[in-house]
Amino acid sequence: MMEPIRQIRSRTAVLPYTNIDTDQIIPARFLRTTTNTGLGRHLFADWRYGPDGAPRRDFALNDPAAAGCTILVTGRNFGCGSSREHAAWALYDYGFRAVISTEIADIFRNNSLKNGLLPIVVDEDTAAWLLAHPGASVTVDLENTRVTLPTGAAASFPIEGFARYCLVNGVDEFGFLLSQQDKINAYERPHS
Amino acid sequence: MKTMFQRIWEQHEVVPETADTPAVLYIDRHLIHEVTSPQAFTALRHRGLSLHRPDLTFATIDHTNPTRTEQIFGGAPIVIESAAQQIAQLERNCAEFGVELLGLTNPLRGIVHVIGPELGLTLPGTTMVCGDSHTSTHGAVGALAFGIGTTEVAHVFATQCLLQRRPKTFAITVNGALAPGVSAKDLILAIVGRVGVAGGTGHVLEYRGEAIRALSMEERMTVCNMSIEAGARAGMIAPDETTYAYLAGRPRAPKDAAWERALAHWRSLPSDPDARFDREVTLDGAAVEPMITYGTNPGMSMPISGSIPQRSRDPAFDKALAYMGLTAGAPIRDQRINVVFIGSCTNGRLSDLRSAARVLEGHKIARGVRALVVPGSQQVKHAAEAEGLDRIFIDAGAEWRESGCSMCLGMNGDTVGAGEYSLSTANRNFEGRQGPGARTLLVSPLTAAASAVRGRVTDPREFVNDSSPTAST
Repeated sequence: MMEPIRQIRSRTAVLPYTNIDTDQIIPARFLRTTTNTGLGRHLFADWRYGPDGAPRRDFALNDPAAAGCTILVTGRNFGCGSSREHAAWALYDYGFRAVISTEIADIFRNNSLKNGLLPIVVDEDTAAWLLAHPGASVTVDLENTRVTLPTGAAASFPIEGFARYCLVNGVDEFGFLLSQQDKINAYERPHS
Repeated sequence: MKTMFQRIWEQHEVVPETADTPAVLYIDRHLIHEVTSPQAFTALRHRGLSLHRPDLTFATIDHTNPTRTEQIFGGAPIVIESAAQQIAQLERNCAEFGVELLGLTNPLRGIVHVIGPELGLTLPGTTMVCGDSHTSTHGAVGALAFGIGTTEVAHVFATQCLLQRRPKTFAITVNGALAPGVSAKDLILAIVGRVGVAGGTGHVLEYRGEAIRALSMEERMTVCNMSIEAGARAGMIAPDETTYAYLAGRPRAPKDAAWERALAHWRSLPSDPDARFDREVTLDGAAVEPMITYGTNPGMSMPISGSIPQRSRDPAFDKALAYMGLTAGAPIRDQRINVVFIGSCTNGRLSDLRSAARVLEGHKIARGVRALVVPGSQQVKHAAEAEGLDRIFIDAGAEWRESGCSMCLGMNGDTVGAGEYSLSTANRNFEGRQGPGARTLLVSPLTAAASAVRGRVTDPREFVNDSSPTAST
């Protein structure tokens, strides 16, 4: 069973770029693995480390102020590109529990929802404020689908209802799908 | 009044969606490979589950395998230990769970999106998934095909179904005819540039119109392949006589009476003339020029004869140009290049190799340029060799390899060096896609070949017009 997720409160880390693709989130050479653990050390590897392997001082997540942040704020269309679930695994393993953007790519969004990483799509004004205020203390309320800023302003966000139900209640989607087996068998009979 | 997408979707609803729950959607074909499947097999083991329909599941090795002949057939070891382990794990998983695997030395092995249609596994009206975003390729025959994550791979393993919300529909109509020297790759780069890299998010694309109907099956695959680069999980083209001629006689396609039944069904699939789409965009095919990307996503493209656009106050744009070492406002023509990669699930098919060979025949690749030609499948490789294309590539100075994803994403060690400019016929120019620091410019096989000869970005029309024309298919 998954742990229920109702609310996330954290300061934010900000990557202000649009179209951050999953090749940036975790480069392909780190996908040569047969497990889904320990990928956080490769998160944003080519942005985070220089060619010599040392952390780049100009990368936002290497700023000591970003340590321990569980909410990542990014420019539009986060997670585009490859279907690699390793991107969601790496973000989660690193410590992130939510990503906030004005648009989140389809496959990445699905993968995130299945791994307890909340893909939060907010309006342009809310996103602009968040991008301009790294380190802001933000609350993501999944039960009421609302993001609250330290200014007191709040924005609602869309999230697929069944995924939200599963996350809030710790329900396993896979178990639900397995419970449909009789209907699947019935569908298959005339089709085979 | 239905779109083709709606018809196929409804025919595969085991349980329709409600306000509270997504649809349970049946999947007719599940393709897997070594990179995105191991954790899904592990999930089955943890739950004590088996594969619901191993007979509808097909495995191949493409992402991490070496492409040097001696490493596939000569007994030389796979150098990258983690790649060797991932391949061995797939072999064990397929044996344990009863999945057919086209293994390393199998003459039918190849990139998953090349072998699906090639074998006739990809059929009109079917639903098809793979743990790979370029699964959209298979929509070229009129299938609903989309990429999924590894958790969903496990769902399909166990139930042959997925929980899905119904996406919206998006018609992309291309009128007119493509000009000589302009290929399907240029067309899809122009479409992605027009729609934007997030323009298709939440939608299934249907490509329509005169220019689309005139494309061969392989060209249609190139177009559908890059649907994901516009943010759409799936792209489709209605089946027609071109589709049926391509599929007839394919080893896994239906035969005899079953073929006739299938054909009748397939003819019922195309969207009704008055079907409504949630979004529509129309392009003039005749206005499309040979295209090239200049930035770090596939939407950052331009006509090869043009100048790199200028954009102010966009940090991602500035970051992209700084990474690429290119200047806004400057022409892209004559940009020096270091590497040329011809291959991938976008442009690794026989017709792609033919068009590159047509340009390269009788020429030498420029000094200092490394050119790699990697067929999309072993069948493509053998067919190319049967008509002597390998000799043309080798005589020109290119490396001729065994099939795989290879330098598209460099997982197997076929990489581009930091700071080097690579002309790639693949689908993604993301930072580091071909290796850390590599600078990728996406082009058609014609442009890649013409530029390989000059050692600089070259408009293929200069070559196509002055070399002897040969019919391409």
